[in-house]
Amino acid sequence: MTQTSTDLHDLTVAQLATLLRQRKVSAVEAARHFLTRATAYKHLGAFLGVSEDVTLAQASAADARLATGATGALLGVPLAHKDIFVTRDFVSTAGSKMLDGYRSPFDATVVSRLAEAGAVTLGKLNCDEFAMGSANENSAFGPVKNPWDSSRTPGGSSGGSAAAVAARLTPAATGTDTGGSIRQPAAFCGITGIKPTYGRASRYGMVAFASSLDQAGPLARTAEDCAILLGAMCGPDPDRDSTSLDVPTEDFSLKLGDSIDGLRIGIPAEFFGEGLADDVRASVNAALKQYELLGAKLVPISLPRTELSIPVYYIIAPAEASSNLSRFDGVKFGHRAAQYTNLTDMYLQTRAEGFGDEVKRRIMIGTYVLSHGYYDAYYLQAQKIRRMIADDFQQAFTQCDVIAGPVAPTVAWQLGGHGNDPLADYLADIFTLPASLAGLPGMSLPVGFGAGNMPVGLQLIGNHLTEARLLNVAHRFQQATDWHIARPQGV
Amino acid sequence: MSLTPADIDRLAHLARLGLKPAERARMCTQLNDFFGIVEKMRAVDTTGIVPLAHPVDVMGNMALRLRDDVANEPNQREANQRSAPAVEDGLFLVPKVIE
Repeated sequence: MTQTSTDLHDLTVAQLATLLRQRKVSAVEAARHFLTRATAYKHLGAFLGVSEDVTLAQASAADARLATGATGALLGVPLAHKDIFVTRDFVSTAGSKMLDGYRSPFDATVVSRLAEAGAVTLGKLNCDEFAMGSANENSAFGPVKNPWDSSRTPGGSSGGSAAAVAARLTPAATGTDTGGSIRQPAAFCGITGIKPTYGRASRYGMVAFASSLDQAGPLARTAEDCAILLGAMCGPDPDRDSTSLDVPTEDFSLKLGDSIDGLRIGIPAEFFGEGLADDVRASVNAALKQYELLGAKLVPISLPRTELSIPVYYIIAPAEASSNLSRFDGVKFGHRAAQYTNLTDMYLQTRAEGFGDEVKRRIMIGTYVLSHGYYDAYYLQAQKIRRMIADDFQQAFTQCDVIAGPVAPTVAWQLGGHGNDPLADYLADIFTLPASLAGLPGMSLPVGFGAGNMPVGLQLIGNHLTEARLLNVAHRFQQATDWHIARPQGV
Repeated sequence: MSLTPADIDRLAHLARLGLKPAERARMCTQLNDFFGIVEKMRAVDTTGIVPLAHPVDVMGNMALRLRDDVANEPNQREANQRSAPAVEDGLFLVPKVIE
């Protein structure tokens, strides 16, 4: 098999890694190919930062290792990182004016782990400011466009990651998911993404939004690729992240080929209520039928507090954010206002100028729910219902092995479609928030097309630490169908 | 119960956010819209439920741990101060706080 550089971008991570190992293509050729594409598709707004010299130096180093016969799951494979991960060699902005031009003194653990596995960094990908958003419209550096229809959102907050993978500007990308920020953009862009169990991947060097929810994961075209990437990203980081789980690194590819005959798939009634658009419902139901053909059994279950997960999440996440974002004070790093009268005014002006509207709203909500007299009624009450939501899942998992349903109530909406109504974005997160609150792994895989020929995603949720099973369930579907192979026009 | 412009001012000050008048008015409306959906949550009976601060609490026998309290990072003052807005002699500069 010979490859020309023109179709490198059609290869999956697994295929590209094989060609690199066989030395049929060099890491430098691959890197150059994708850098050229990143430039050609600049109008999508997916990339925030590229540094050709850095990328090519990493690629040359990978080629040198390949020449010695070294192997590594990702040796020479180009990837790009959501700009929420700090990187020593690329500017790290978190999509915020506050960190415009910021250079981190260190790499995030996820970044260094992928580099150790041999991956070559193509650059940094656009995202909602501090990962707060569902449409990638909250980036200080402009929105990202959906490669399937450039008038629509790619989803958020990992919108740049999803758009770049869908447009074949990178074989795969990292993302983070606090309330759905990997799963929802993966669904909106017709690709595959997984948020592992909370604590699987180190949060060291992930610019913090909501510390009890933030989790890193990969976005790629196939479940097989997600398994390869996830294995490289996860693992204990005991010295640097106290929330990193003490569970050994796992080969998530091991169970990919397992049969799913007899698999019990829980179908939560609350995910199929009135709010679900007909086109999404039709594609999700067709996917569930496909699973029945593959031998799975559909089991009706209930997640009775699904709707409550919206207020619960939008109390807890802003509370944690208001605390985390207090570090942006114009002193140690980042933006400082030019005009101020004294220290307090310097804080006020710096934060007024550096933060965008959505970030300010969440800081205000968080400050309120943590303030004296309101803490019990809001924050503590939200944490109590959070436990009830987590318990609901454990109840459900006595009846099923995995849970399936839609990722989002609709396909990707028009950029600007939610206007000046932040609540509309919050409500659209309804199906991804419950698993986030419970710390459960969840993934999205493409299962069809809805209105406007926009992709529809199926969400799979598993119990804690069952990522290998989830990936197996997704992989079996992708072996039997070709939704994940579909590509946007003009790409 | 709804938030008033005075509440917004108090919160903005606590959060050290300098809001412009137009921003303040918009924030007041948007936060009140948001707390409209929160009311449902407040009505839930949570008697006897222990708050869940962290998902690791519901992962079987997993626990959050602490590392030994020893310095394990090298001193990288220069690298750490590279992105600071104002530095002098290795110190972060802030506006004068003591007259």
